[in-house]
Amino acid sequence: MKRIGVFVCWCGSNIAETVDVKKVVEVIKKYPGVAHAEDYIFVCSNPGQKLVQETIKEKRLDSLVIACCSPTLHETTFRDLSRLTGLNPYQCEIANIREQCSWVHKDNKEEATRKAIKIIRTIVEKANQNESLEPISTPVTRQALVIGGGIAGIQASLDIANAGYEVLLVERNPSIGGHMIQLSETFPTLDCSQCILTPKMVEVSRHPKIRVLAYSEVQEISGYVGNFNVKILKKPRYVIEDKCNLCGKCVDVCPVAAPSEFDNNLAARKAIYLPFPQAIPATYTIDIEHCPGFLPIACGKCADVCEPQAIDFDMRPEIIEEKVGAIVVATGYDLYSPKNIGEYGNGKYEDVMDGMQFERLLSATGPTGGEVRRLSDNKVPKRVVFVSCVGSRDTEHHLPYCSKICCMYMAKHAMLYKHKVPDGEAIVFYIDTRAGGKGYEEFVTRTQEEDKVIYIRGKASKIFKNGNGKLIVWGADTLLGKQVEVECDMVVLSMAMVPSNGAKDLISKLKIPSDAYGFVNEAHPKLRPVESISAGFYLAGCTQAPKDIPETVAQASGAASKVTDLFAEEELKHEPIVAAVDEDLCSGCGICVPLCPYDARELEIKDEKRIAKVNEILCEGCGSCISACPSAAVQQRNFKDNQIFKMVDAILS
Amino acid sequence: MAKISNIFEPRIVCFFCKWCTSAGADLAGTSRMQYLPNGIPICVMCSSRVDPEHVLWAFKRGADGVFIGGCHPGDCHYQSGNYKTRRRVFLLKQVLKDFGIEPERLRLEWISASEGKRFTQVMDEFIEEVRSLGKLKV
Ligand SMILES: Cc1cc2nc3c(=O)[nH]c(=O)nc-3n(C[C@H](O)[C@H](O)[C@H](O)COP(=O)(O)OP(=O)(O)OC[C@H]3O[C@@H](n4cnc5c(N)ncnc54)[C@H](O)[C@@H]3O)c2cc1C
Ligand code: SF4
Ligand code: SF4
Ligand code: FES
Repeated sequence: MKRIGVFVCWCGSNIAETVDVKKVVEVIKKYPGVAHAEDYIFVCSNPGQKLVQETIKEKRLDSLVIACCSPTLHETTFRDLSRLTGLNPYQCEIANIREQCSWVHKDNKEEATRKAIKIIRTIVEKANQNESLEPISTPVTRQALVIGGGIAGIQASLDIANAGYEVLLVERNPSIGGHMIQLSETFPTLDCSQCILTPKMVEVSRHPKIRVLAYSEVQEISGYVGNFNVKILKKPRYVIEDKCNLCGKCVDVCPVAAPSEFDNNLAARKAIYLPFPQAIPATYTIDIEHCPGFLPIACGKCADVCEPQAIDFDMRPEIIEEKVGAIVVATGYDLYSPKNIGEYGNGKYEDVMDGMQFERLLSATGPTGGEVRRLSDNKVPKRVVFVSCVGSRDTEHHLPYCSKICCMYMAKHAMLYKHKVPDGEAIVFYIDTRAGGKGYEEFVTRTQEEDKVIYIRGKASKIFKNGNGKLIVWGADTLLGKQVEVECDMVVLSMAMVPSNGAKDLISKLKIPSDAYGFVNEAHPKLRPVESISAGFYLAGCTQAPKDIPETVAQASGAASKVTDLFAEEELKHEPIVAAVDEDLCSGCGICVPLCPYDARELEIKDEKRIAKVNEILCEGCGSCISACPSAAVQQRNFKDNQIFKMVDAILS
Repeated sequence: MAKISNIFEPRIVCFFCKWCTSAGADLAGTSRMQYLPNGIPICVMCSSRVDPEHVLWAFKRGADGVFIGGCHPGDCHYQSGNYKTRRRVFLLKQVLKDFGIEPERLRLEWISASEGKRFTQVMDEFIEEVRSLGKLKV
């Protein structure tokens, strides 16, 4: 029998208000194996930890159970403490009596106390049979995979590469740049977005440690932190990157027009195209969806005029297999579609556009060369209405969260419009203005005071066209307490930000947790904001939540520094709670072998007998093979059958 | 939920996988959502660690219900563990019938880390279902 010490944390009042901690201690003290039990106000605090350390020594404890908050919060704290005190960290276990007990049974103290006792008993039983374990060491592949080539992925790639490590940057579009390359000027300083981004894109393309795989997508991923195997699908561009000299003759002869993604469908491009002049990689792409096809060649005009013979109709999708040690997810965002908003016309009015389209109108490289003009009649609009929170903060019909940056870009849009059309009128409908950030509030104030943008506090309830074909916005002015009707020439909708199209698919391939909307979850909302709880995955930019460029860059650099920390390790430590075979019991039936998702099980001949082995480096400790073994010959370390049986008994006895 | 003394309080053993259902239960906690306290959690790395033997053991030792919570299909942290669980639970329910145990006393659910609300709903619902089945007699 072990000498287990149980510490029951009050967590201030978080636990103690609901669970009778004194009673818990009194009961647990008598439980077999428990050599010591006590309660304390904050076990995780400095004096709390000191108390635990001293008690370990004084009472000669060989095992610890801390009954406190979820193990995701303090398991590491207390395991580190154990190690420092000379106790094997795997002798320390957490009983979660806060998230899964005191907080959820607030109105039933008696039952909560009983449940807490049972939870602790199960963990005492587990601790009682825990073995001392040492982490398993594995080598690290010092190459990072960055998924997504927006500003987040670009910044993370540069930082990792500048620290001396190899980077593979995978972008699914023909060029890197993401949404930032489409922006006109950026709040709050109004720098030209392309002017600050393109030098970074060029740096990426020239960096000896970065390989850009554009027009590519991650297809498959296996392995674990330090040792992932990835399969990347490189889609055929039908243009040989190294041969194309960007002369552009192909575009002149291509007979097919398609909507330009770069201009958010406000303009056309050809079926063979360069997404924008500064594209990286600098090469054309044939969009096979619009090209009349080349099986057999239906047109082939581009190939006829291409002097360097860069067109290759025989190009096929390519699968590239790589080993990487860490993965940065930087897949960014998309905008919620105005088609979802019935009261604003479901996207059917040409002169009602989303914020990104308006960015393209403002941009010098946009379809109008930077002039604000209506799509319908090419006229300069004299009154423009900007509507905030479209799709955001709407629990009932759309998305409940705040997209965070729309207040700012809306102020920017109104301001830039006034700079371009000084005699025009800009009207903003807003719920409230969220302008937290350095220089942000001042920026919004400038919009209102210097540029005379009119702010109406209230939601726009309806947008429609009247009999004369004029756009009408109905809304409420909640400050004046009356309904307003505004006739205008153009409306710009600040659409909610949502995870990028296809993010769900990717996330399920990567097997990393995300929230209900598909934004990737951070390991801890405050203390570990740039990592996933799944080891080896890091997050940067809008893939995690809506944010602006400065925040995106900060998070990308944070993620990169976590990656370089990982790569700086000699070797990685791997959880030792792996499968272990009792060779005497193993019948060599082989049932376990195909069950393992990591190929960690294999049969071997030993002393003329077939037995199954476990590759401890590959085993992730899921336990699948253990539950399947008909001879009970394989056990999971510290999750042995006997432990689980005893845990069940602790609940039912 | 005020406890009424003559109401039957079922004893329920809950196996949660660490990555999804236990995280969902934690979220219900941080969101202070309230639910019935009859289920006592045992957290395992993956739902596929739950051996039919563990479930039978629980019933043998007097559990009125056994709950297994894992990740949604396709979301298992270990790629495919939950499919194995699904298969095992399906077969196990047949075995339970043979033993004269209502298969409804064993429940397998997929609850993700973001489904705190659903976690509480499923818990309450399952506990009420077992309550209505009454004490396990074998
Ligand atoms: C209208 C508007 C105006 C804005 N104005 C400003 C401003 O003035 N100032 C400011 O600070 N911020 C502004 N922002 C916010 C800014 O756009 C974002 O903060 C920034 O672009 C986020 O960068 P990102 O790299 O996270 O995402 P993104 O720019 O979305 O980049 C993500 C990249 O990942 C790629 N990708 C997606 N999925 C995959 C996949 N599965 N595989 C491979 N690649 C993939 C995408 O193709 C894209 O290239 C504005 C946003 C909007 C909508
Ligand atoms: S150990 Fe957990 S429960 Fe205890 S004080 Fe710290 S946070 Fe609160
Ligand atoms: S526990 Fe078994 S099935 Fe799971 S990873 Fe390890 S060897 Fe493979
Ligand atoms: S990890 Fe949740 S079911 Fe496998």
